[in-house]
Amino acid sequence: MKYTEEHEWLDADGDLVTVGITAHAAEQLGDVVFVELPEVGSEVSKDDEIVVIESVKAASDIMAPLDGEIVEVNEAIVDEPGKVNEDPEGEAWFFKIKASDLSPMDDYMDEAAYKDFIG
Amino acid sequence: MTDLLRTPLHDLHVEMGGKMVPFAGHEMPVQFAGIMAEHQQTREKAGLFDVSHMGQVIVSGGDWDRIAAGFEGLVPMDVLGLSKGRQRYGLFLDESGGILDDLMFANRGDHLFVVVNAACKDADIAHMKATLEPDLTVAPVTDRALMALQGPAAEAVLAELNPAAAEMLFMDVATLDLAGIEAWVSRSGYTGEDGYEISVPAAQAETLARKLLAHDDVAPIGLGARDSLRLEAGLCLYGHDIDTDTLPAEAGLSWAIQKARKAGGAREGGFPGAEAVLAQLAEGPASKRVGLRPQGRAPMREGVELFAAETGGAAIGRITSGGFGPTVGGPVAMGYVPAELGAPGTVVHGELRGKRLPLEVTKLPFVAANFKR
Repeated sequence: MKYTEEHEWLDADGDLVTVGITAHAAEQLGDVVFVELPEVGSEVSKDDEIVVIESVKAASDIMAPLDGEIVEVNEAIVDEPGKVNEDPEGEAWFFKIKASDLSPMDDYMDEAAYKDFIG
Repeated sequence: MTDLLRTPLHDLHVEMGGKMVPFAGHEMPVQFAGIMAEHQQTREKAGLFDVSHMGQVIVSGGDWDRIAAGFEGLVPMDVLGLSKGRQRYGLFLDESGGILDDLMFANRGDHLFVVVNAACKDADIAHMKATLEPDLTVAPVTDRALMALQGPAAEAVLAELNPAAAEMLFMDVATLDLAGIEAWVSRSGYTGEDGYEISVPAAQAETLARKLLAHDDVAPIGLGARDSLRLEAGLCLYGHDIDTDTLPAEAGLSWAIQKARKAGGAREGGFPGAEAVLAQLAEGPASKRVGLRPQGRAPMREGVELFAAETGGAAIGRITSGGFGPTVGGPVAMGYVPAELGAPGTVVHGELRGKRLPLEVTKLPFVAANFKR
């Protein structure tokens, strides 16, 4: 498992990477009430804002952590945004991306580094 | 947060896990258990809010009629007609009729008790001192905390400390002994629920708060839920839904101006901006504040521009408050639209992340008020 400074987690299986937000991010956001996911089949570039997530408090974006194609999205969190608070690092994954370049993975944090990062 | 002021309940907030944030120069709790849970707690049982950051002011000097007549020079409300032990919603206006602040004022017999917004408090006090005749004294109350107990269980909870609380009606004010503490109580609030606002000596605020919170039906509530509750109740937030660019009629606050102060009334005009305010009342405003229900799931927040059509055309208005309404179970907003687009059922469009999404103009409030009248 790898982590970004934007509080995303990335679970890679070859070039297929499942992405979600960390429990820390979900807690900071508060009650999630709206999620907008990218379209399946869309080609995205690293740092594109591809997800909108809104909590009772505020709106925020989630950026593509890698270049690639979105191959699957988790409609369950669109129907029930509250799942993001309940199980952010499990059932409430956001999207799966077929990465065309896995090299940024080397720069992302491992679990220990992420724990240090969030203090 | 070293430059921020702390309320007498600060340590209690921290002890209860309140997430403290800067707000209007004060360090205030934005949430405890979570905004959604706190919102529901207030709608279903009761919530305790610290509103000690707000300004409490006493206007005195002479008998009630003298004080009331003086205060009528500041607000477009019927102050002389306000009975002893009653409270009214008021507005301070500038010379153009723009709203300087909204407030509550009460006839407490030998004085007028005013509660104003935290961010406007210093300006309001200066405005009162500068405008009222010198025989009237404007005294900020700096040694008292203010808390609000809101929700359907509020009456039963407060009545356990003093049964007289249950006898009060919406907008009544009284001095009550609450567990030995001298409390200035009004039956009002900012949530759309029944409840009380309670002013107590700062030194005893924590004692009273702990007593109230010890009740199974009461939980602490932060600023986050305070905002979602007032939004569902269709209540204005100063500096957002109303400001010096809005006059009372366009803000949907004509109801707050009593007959005596309107054209043809016994004491017509005689307040700052009277000409513009009364003209807009008579002619009807060009734009008005309305409730808006986004038709999709995406919340639309303050600043979202509104358009008549899905494509083309210039902006016709903007959202001034918006977010997710936990009781409504979806996004809710308020904003200004041209009067001809202000009828409930009219569909307008809000531009969100480059897309125009439909909103339906809706009657306010979104959640019916639950006052004890």
